[in-house]
Amino acid sequence: MIKVENLVKTFGKFTAVHDVSFDVAQGEIFAFLGPNGAGKTTTIRMLTTLLRPTSGKIELDGLDPTVKQKEARQRFGIVFQDPSLDNEQTAYENMELHGVLYHVPRKVRAERTERLLKLFELWERRDDYVKTFSGGMKRRLEIARGFLHTPKILFLDEPTLGLDPQSRNQLWTHVKNLNETEQTTVFLTTHYMDEAARVAHRIAIIDHGRIVAQGTVEELKQQTNSDSLENAFLALTGASLRDESANSADAMRQVAKMWRR
Amino acid sequence: MSAIYILWLRELKRYLRSKVQIIVSLGQPMLYLLALGFGLGPVFQRAGSGSYLQFIAPGVVGMTVLFSSVFSGIAMLWDRQFGFLKETLVAPVPRIQIMIGRTLGGATVAMIQGLLIMLACLIAGFRPQHWLAIPFAFVFVALIAIVFAALGTSIGSVIKDMQGFQLIMNFLVMPLFFLSGALFPLTHLPTALKVITRIDPLSYGVDGLRGALIGSWAIGMRLDFALLGVLAVVFLGMGAYMFSRIEV
Repeated sequence: MIKVENLVKTFGKFTAVHDVSFDVAQGEIFAFLGPNGAGKTTTIRMLTTLLRPTSGKIELDGLDPTVKQKEARQRFGIVFQDPSLDNEQTAYENMELHGVLYHVPRKVRAERTERLLKLFELWERRDDYVKTFSGGMKRRLEIARGFLHTPKILFLDEPTLGLDPQSRNQLWTHVKNLNETEQTTVFLTTHYMDEAARVAHRIAIIDHGRIVAQGTVEELKQQTNSDSLENAFLALTGASLRDESANSADAMRQVAKMWRR
Repeated sequence: MSAIYILWLRELKRYLRSKVQIIVSLGQPMLYLLALGFGLGPVFQRAGSGSYLQFIAPGVVGMTVLFSSVFSGIAMLWDRQFGFLKETLVAPVPRIQIMIGRTLGGATVAMIQGLLIMLACLIAGFRPQHWLAIPFAFVFVALIAIVFAALGTSIGSVIKDMQGFQLIMNFLVMPLFFLSGALFPLTHLPTALKVITRIDPLSYGVDGLRGALIGSWAIGMRLDFALLGVLAVVFLGMGAYMFSRIEV
């Protein structure tokens, strides 16, 4: 379903993604793990047409997203690392807007919106503004929205960041459930190793833009002689800390908090 | 088409839902209308130019539409920061449709603001030469709204932080307003100022409004109309290009 060959992305002299190759089969849940700044989000951005690869090949459901951009976009759903909801509209309106943008016919839109909002336990709050939602509710709504147009692939970029264990647990239950009932291929990144071990069929570990290991949880543990995925991860990527520099978006978020808009 | 509609509708909903903001954004033009309109009225009268309130009302309408439409584009800054922009940019819809939906939404909001200020002017004592002049004036309101909403979209596609916003405010929007003839007549000006006012696109909008409403044209209806029409096309093209280049 996802096929990546020798993918490279450079920003000036810095190589963010360095010769990455992997395959994800249809219906599989594939986790992409790595420390901060390892190239996870850059890879997702290239897979989801937001960034042009410097070189290499990508195939999504047999389509090259750099050429057939529109067709590729119709086939995947994405939940970004940062929220991407419209706070000034209700949960239902957010679903509606997404459905229109993804050409979901009116009747199907209404049915699926109801089903998904009920599944993610947001149906009762459908007419409330998103700005009144908690972090967990917003995440649930984003994931429900991602499933609305029945994508073949769902990208989840650190979907559980900042959520309490209850919300995380529930969220993965729903994702697994939909992965089974709708045969959606799921590509996820996360920093929580226990989550990856629980939901992912296969895992790739990326560091400094290169894939350092790939396989099932058991395979990764065997490779590194570790008793848990977390230890396997540390064995593969080292224990040193990674710092990302702040960008203008972070600075703006500070201002936004001050202005409370 | 449905993408354009739903994004247009979103802009409209956001506007109608923020009641406080509607009042706030009408406050500044009202201040100009009342403080300057009545404050400078006697001086203007003594200079033999008639009622200043009559003169300034079309200028204040033009100003309201300018601010409202430019801001609608710059409001993209917030959508960028709160992430909603990304949702629309990965959708399987050509970017031009997203840009057009947003821009027309912003222009529509600006026109509603213009209508509200027009009503306020009428309440304050402004009288158009003829009641039919008001629908005619709204042709110019629509042109001003589209020109500057498209300009706002271009700017919003480029700036990324509050500093950029302040820069645009002080070095673009305020000069556009002050040098447009919204507050003073465009006749008998020093040559330098005259040249500058003729470069300012809002001059043609304000002239059109004033001509339509009180029958005093300093530039001329045909030129006002043609120039704004051409600029609308140029700025929409520019906005579409800038918008298509956004990377998130």
